[in-house]
Amino acid sequence: MANGEREVGADAPAGGFVQLLTPDGDRIDSVTTADGTTYSVDFTDEEYRGLYRDLVTVRRLDAEATALQRQGELGIWASLLGQEAAQVGSGRALRPQDMAFPTYREHGVLYTRSIDPIMPFGLFRGVDQGGWDANEHRFNGYTIVIGSQTLHATGYAMGVTMDGKTGTPDGEAVIAYFGDGATSQGEVNEAFVWAGVFNAPMVFFCQNNQYAISEPLERQTRIPLYRRAAGFGFPGVRIDGNDVLASFAVTRAALDSARNGQGPTLIEAYTYRMGAHTSSDDPTRYRIASEVESWKAKDPISRLKAFLTKQQVADEAFFTEVDESAKTLALDLRERVLAMPDPAPDTMFDHVYPNGSHEVDAQRARFADYHASFEGSEH
Amino acid sequence: MAELNRGGNPQQNRGETITLGKALNHGLRRSLEQDSKVVIMGEDVGKLGGVFRITDGLLKDFGDDRVIDTPLAEAGIIGTAVGLAIRGYRPVCEIQFDGFVFPAYNQIVAQVAKMFYRSKGNVRLPIVIRIPFGGGIGAVEHHSESPEAYFAHTPGLKVVTCSNPADAYAMIQQAITSDDPIVFFEPKRRYWEKGEVDLDADLSGAFPLHSARVTREGTDATLLAYGPMVRTALDAASAAAEDGRNLEVIDLRSLSPVDYDTIYASVRKTGRAIVVHEAPGNIGLGAELAARVTEHCFYNLEAPVLRVTGYDIPYPAARVEEDYLPDLDRVLDAVDRSFGW
Repeated sequence: MANGEREVGADAPAGGFVQLLTPDGDRIDSVTTADGTTYSVDFTDEEYRGLYRDLVTVRRLDAEATALQRQGELGIWASLLGQEAAQVGSGRALRPQDMAFPTYREHGVLYTRSIDPIMPFGLFRGVDQGGWDANEHRFNGYTIVIGSQTLHATGYAMGVTMDGKTGTPDGEAVIAYFGDGATSQGEVNEAFVWAGVFNAPMVFFCQNNQYAISEPLERQTRIPLYRRAAGFGFPGVRIDGNDVLASFAVTRAALDSARNGQGPTLIEAYTYRMGAHTSSDDPTRYRIASEVESWKAKDPISRLKAFLTKQQVADEAFFTEVDESAKTLALDLRERVLAMPDPAPDTMFDHVYPNGSHEVDAQRARFADYHASFEGSEH
Repeated sequence: MAELNRGGNPQQNRGETITLGKALNHGLRRSLEQDSKVVIMGEDVGKLGGVFRITDGLLKDFGDDRVIDTPLAEAGIIGTAVGLAIRGYRPVCEIQFDGFVFPAYNQIVAQVAKMFYRSKGNVRLPIVIRIPFGGGIGAVEHHSESPEAYFAHTPGLKVVTCSNPADAYAMIQQAITSDDPIVFFEPKRRYWEKGEVDLDADLSGAFPLHSARVTREGTDATLLAYGPMVRTALDAASAAAEDGRNLEVIDLRSLSPVDYDTIYASVRKTGRAIVVHEAPGNIGLGAELAARVTEHCFYNLEAPVLRVTGYDIPYPAARVEEDYLPDLDRVLDAVDRSFGW
C-alpha cells in the first residue's frame, strides 16, 4: 500500500481532491485536507469484497435497464454508468436512521438502502410516477425538477433538529443528492443558505459528472464547486468521485459531523457521466471520444478489482461469482419489469388529494360512463 | 393569552367583535396550541409579528421552533416546508404579499401540488400557504395582485379565501387540520374590518371549508363573489334593494374545488348570475364559473352570465386603482345589463 498523507492525486483536477484508492488500485492510507481533517477507511476484507459486489451489481442492473429501454420496455432511462463509486460509497456511509433525497439517477444509492431495485422502474416504464413511501425506505421519491429536492432535504433536516434528534452520535442526518448543473439553480443556493443559518444536519452531495446534458462544467461555475460552501459558511470537500473508499470516508465523516450537531457539509464528487444524460441524449454531439477514453482509465470498478487482486483479498473465482450473481439479479429484474402491468385507466384519478375532491370524483364518474357507453358497440 | 385557555366554563359563548386580521391571529394561536406539529414560517413572522401583524405575539408564546423567521427567499420557505411536512410537521407558510409568491411558484405547483399523487398516496403534505391578496390599499407594484387563478388551475392544490372575521377564524384552523395542501388567500384590505367571532366555537360544528355560503338571500339575480369582493357585492345588493331588486349574494369561500351545487341552486332560482372578482377577467375564475353555470343552468338563464372584474392589464398605479377595481357602481351596472338583456 502506498503510504503517506496527500490530497492531490496524480489525476486530480487543479486544487486536488481526496483520494484513497488510485486508478491503478493502490491504497493511500489517509488523506489530510487543508482544514486539518484526516480521512481514512478501516475495512475488513469482507467489507472490501462487499463494496466490489455493490459496484458490479449496480452497474449490471443499470446495463439491464439501458437494454430494456433500447428494446422499448422503458420510456426512458437515466444511466448511472461511471458514477457507481460516488453513489455506492456515499450510500453505504448512511446509517439506517439517515434520510436520503435523490435526483432521478441515484439507482446506486437506492440499492445500498436495501431497497428492491425494481422500485423506480414504474416511473421509467411509465406505469406510475415512481411513488413510494419516503419515510418507510428512508429514501425520498425521485425528483426530476433540477435541485428542488435540496430544499426538501433541508426542511426535513430542520425537522430532525426540531425533534431533538441531533447532537449525539446516534442522531439522524440527511443527505441531498444533486449534480453540477443543479448548483446554478436558485433553489440549491437557497438550500445552502437555509442549511447554514439553521445549522441543519445535512450533507449536500454533488456528483459533478462534468455535464448538464450537453453543457460542460465551465458553463455552470468559474470556481471549483466545493469552494462555494465557504461563502455559505460551512465546509466543502472535493473527493475523487470514482474512488468508492474516498466517497465512503468523506461522506461518513460529514454525516457524523451533521448528526453530532456540527451542521452541513458540501461534498463535490468529481466524476464523469460515461453514458448519455438519458437514453434520449446523444453525447457525441458535444464531447469528444478521447475525453471519454481518458475517464475509462479512471474506472471505479477496475481500480477496486486491481486493489483486491494485488492484496489477494479476492480471486478470479470471486470475481466470476459476483458477475454471475449480478447477472442473475439483472435477469430477475428484467422479468419483473416485463411483468409490470399497465395501470387501469381510471386509476389516474387516484391520489389527487388526501381528502378527495367532489370535482375529481365527478370527472372519474363521467370518464367511467363515457367508456361504458361503448360497451357492446363496434367501436 | 389567558382568554384562550378553555379550562373555564365551556358553555360560555365568548363571542367577541374583532378584526379579520385578529381573527386569523386567534385561529393560528389555537392551531399552535392544539397540535405541536403546527409550525409557522415566513419572512418577519416572528419578532415583528408579520407585516400585517397576523402572527403578532406568537413567537413570544410558542418559541422560535414553532414560529420561524426564515431567510428572505420564497422558494426556500415552501421548499423547506415540503421537507418539514415529509418529516411529519404541518407548516403554515406566510408569503408576505401576493406579488411575491412567484419565486415559490415552482415549489408550489411542481412539488406541493403533486407529491401526494406522485407518491401514490404515500406522502402527504399538509401545508397551508397564506397569501394576503388583492388591492385597495394604495400600495406600490406587486402588493395588490390577485393570483388565485394560477393556483385554482393546478390539480393537487386546494384554494380558499375568507371574507369576514368569523370565517377567517374557522377557515384558517380547518385549513391547518386538513391533510390537503391549501393556498389560503387573505383579503388584505379587509384585515381591519370587524365582526363577531365565537372564539370557543368547536371546529366540528363549523361550516364546511369547501362549501359556498349564501350570504344574502334574494330572488332576482345571483352575485358570485369571494374574498374582498364579498363586501362589495353585499353593498351592491343593499343598494339594489332600494331599486326594488332583490339580489342573492354567494360567498364562494372555496375556489378549488368550487361548490357548484350551491351556485346552481341559486341561479336556477334567480335566472341571472354575475361574477365579481378583482383579478383580470381573461381566463379568471369568472370564466370557469360562467361556463359551468351556462352548462348546468342553461334553460334557467334569463341572460348570459356577466363578469365584473379587474381589467386585463397589470395592476395599475395606486392613484388609479379605484378605477380598476370592481366597485358598487360597476356591479350595479352589470345588474342593469343583466336585467336589460
